[in-house]
Amino acid sequence: MADTPQAALDERVKDISPIRKALIRPELGGIIGTVAVFTFFALLAGSSGMFNAQGIMNWTTVSAQFMIIAVGACLLMIAGEFDLSVGSMIGFAGMMVAIFGVTLGFPMWMAILITFAICLACGWLNGYIVVKTGLPSFIVTLATLFILRGFTIFIPQTVERKTIIGGIREAAEGDWLAPLFGAKILGGLFQWFGDIGLIAVFERGNRAGQPVVDGVPMLIVWAIVLIVFGHLLLTRTKFGNWIFAAGGDAQAARYVGVPVNQVKILMFMFTAFCATVFAVCQVMEFGSAGADRGLLKEFEAIIAVVIGGALLTGGYGSVIGAALGALIFGVVQQGLFFANVESSLFRVFLGVILLLAVILNTYIRRIITGER
Amino acid sequence: MKFVKTMVAAVAVAAAPFAAAADGHADLNYVLVSHAPDSDSWWNTIKNGIALAGDQLGVNVEYRNPPTGDLADMARIIEQAAAAQPDGIITTLADFDVLSGPIKAAVDQGIDVIIMNSGTPEQVREVGGLMFVGQPEYDAGLAAGMRAKGDGVESFVCVNHVISNTVVAERCRGFADGLGVDLGDSMIDSGQDPAEIKNRVTAYLTANPETDAILTLGPTSADPTILAVKEMGLDGDIYFGTFDLGTNIVEAIKDGTIQWGIDQQPFLQAYLPVVVLANYDRYGVLPGNNINSGPGFVTKDALGKVEEFAGEYR
Repeated sequence: MADTPQAALDERVKDISPIRKALIRPELGGIIGTVAVFTFFALLAGSSGMFNAQGIMNWTTVSAQFMIIAVGACLLMIAGEFDLSVGSMIGFAGMMVAIFGVTLGFPMWMAILITFAICLACGWLNGYIVVKTGLPSFIVTLATLFILRGFTIFIPQTVERKTIIGGIREAAEGDWLAPLFGAKILGGLFQWFGDIGLIAVFERGNRAGQPVVDGVPMLIVWAIVLIVFGHLLLTRTKFGNWIFAAGGDAQAARYVGVPVNQVKILMFMFTAFCATVFAVCQVMEFGSAGADRGLLKEFEAIIAVVIGGALLTGGYGSVIGAALGALIFGVVQQGLFFANVESSLFRVFLGVILLLAVILNTYIRRIITGER
Repeated sequence: MKFVKTMVAAVAVAAAPFAAAADGHADLNYVLVSHAPDSDSWWNTIKNGIALAGDQLGVNVEYRNPPTGDLADMARIIEQAAAAQPDGIITTLADFDVLSGPIKAAVDQGIDVIIMNSGTPEQVREVGGLMFVGQPEYDAGLAAGMRAKGDGVESFVCVNHVISNTVVAERCRGFADGLGVDLGDSMIDSGQDPAEIKNRVTAYLTANPETDAILTLGPTSADPTILAVKEMGLDGDIYFGTFDLGTNIVEAIKDGTIQWGIDQQPFLQAYLPVVVLANYDRYGVLPGNNINSGPGFVTKDALGKVEEFAGEYR
């Protein structure tokens, strides 16, 4: 340091204290929001079973669902685009697994792979239409929303005369790929927790003696894997910079050689991938695909991302923030049930708390970054 | 700082209704989990039923539902209810595949479960429920179909607004079997939006003018269908039967647009499980069988009480 004193004096470099530097990150609002929400429910619903093993698993699972679709939506939003077809894609993907795996009797691994291929193709098509026509992604994916939902109702009605197809669990038995989405891990650890009395065990029935929480569902593992992947991709790679650049100012990014179109199309495909993961985990857990699955999930994904500090205009945001946003959303939604809130007012509270979270977040970001 | 104060005040205001619910008067807590989206008005009777039962018996009964009617969300709500350790859960079995897991887990955890509204006695036994309180859907449809056949009906259209609920579709199947015709393409998926339902019914009746009868599966599909029929000038001419009652349906029965309504008496489906659970928990007494809350045919001749309480308790 001693031999480069002029570096510190360079007038072009603004002096920022290390503490302030550590605080200037899109996640900060999310972190504070998370703390606030947990404090709120610990005071309000602390004794209701929300924080026993079963309760924790309940809101963690719901949050993990939001996280999976929020990671995709977050990267896409940073790249400057929206995907409103996420919810329909979830219903559609689940139905495809059921059609191929149960109705047509394909092996489950093949049904899952075909589903991924079809859904990634839909994502590619979304992206291709957006970059080729220059239409707002809002409109293009709104069309996809209707198209996919329509097929999700039409196809099973035509081939099976009903809109719920069951029997997926049975069809997936013994399959090598299905457990990657539907299994639970760490069962032994939880059995041990149950044995030493750390978590409650079933009192009766043929599962008596087993712990009430018998493992971590793959859904949660997927959520963590996608968050880590998304975060590293965004913050540690050249591609991550391209995503920011494409969303910040697409034209400027093109001038410096960023392949903006490819980045956007890839992000649409990644969003479709996340939606398909969500859907496959869901049909493997519940054993049936229904035409009404995933309704309004696209907005839940966007809400989680915005709570997490991303800008709707693109170019700013973080995957960790989106994950925290999903956690806040999941905890608030399930926590309101634990707190016994009047059911007809449920959505009012949900709306109010989410609004408070976003306002708090924006407020904190403004203080820190000094923007007006 | 002013902002922070506002926030604190807002949170305090938001918290007020919870406190009231949390320190309720009762020693017994029950949760009713339905499969209905917020938009389904029929479940209002259920809410009134549990509120009345709760007041009369001095127990707490909470109502929960998945806001969009997504059954996977409903499974999470049942898991949530079980985690909160109530004395009993009253729920529907709208999709056995999705809901049997969470319900079985709740039963095994030591929580008493009564299945209401949707499900079959076999399924209820399999998940370990105490009993089933509801209307056997296929049988109700069959009875309605036989009645319609006696009135000279040979073809029909079934307006289904809950196409994803397989149990409710059994009503159409039963009706077709009662008439002795094939269900075929007679069931239309109407969606939930009143304007769409009305237009689809109009379109179907225009395209298939030889249709003898209309069967609607609840107020959500019946109310717009009444309008469609009146607009086409078919009221009183086309044979019109419906499941469930509501204010508009009662009016239409009175003016002759609808021949009959099948009342499954949702009030009983909500009220009786609370009574059964409370007495089971307090005194250990339990009725020995499932309870059929319906079907009861409501025609023009028996409308007095129905009219008085339509949409509230009927």
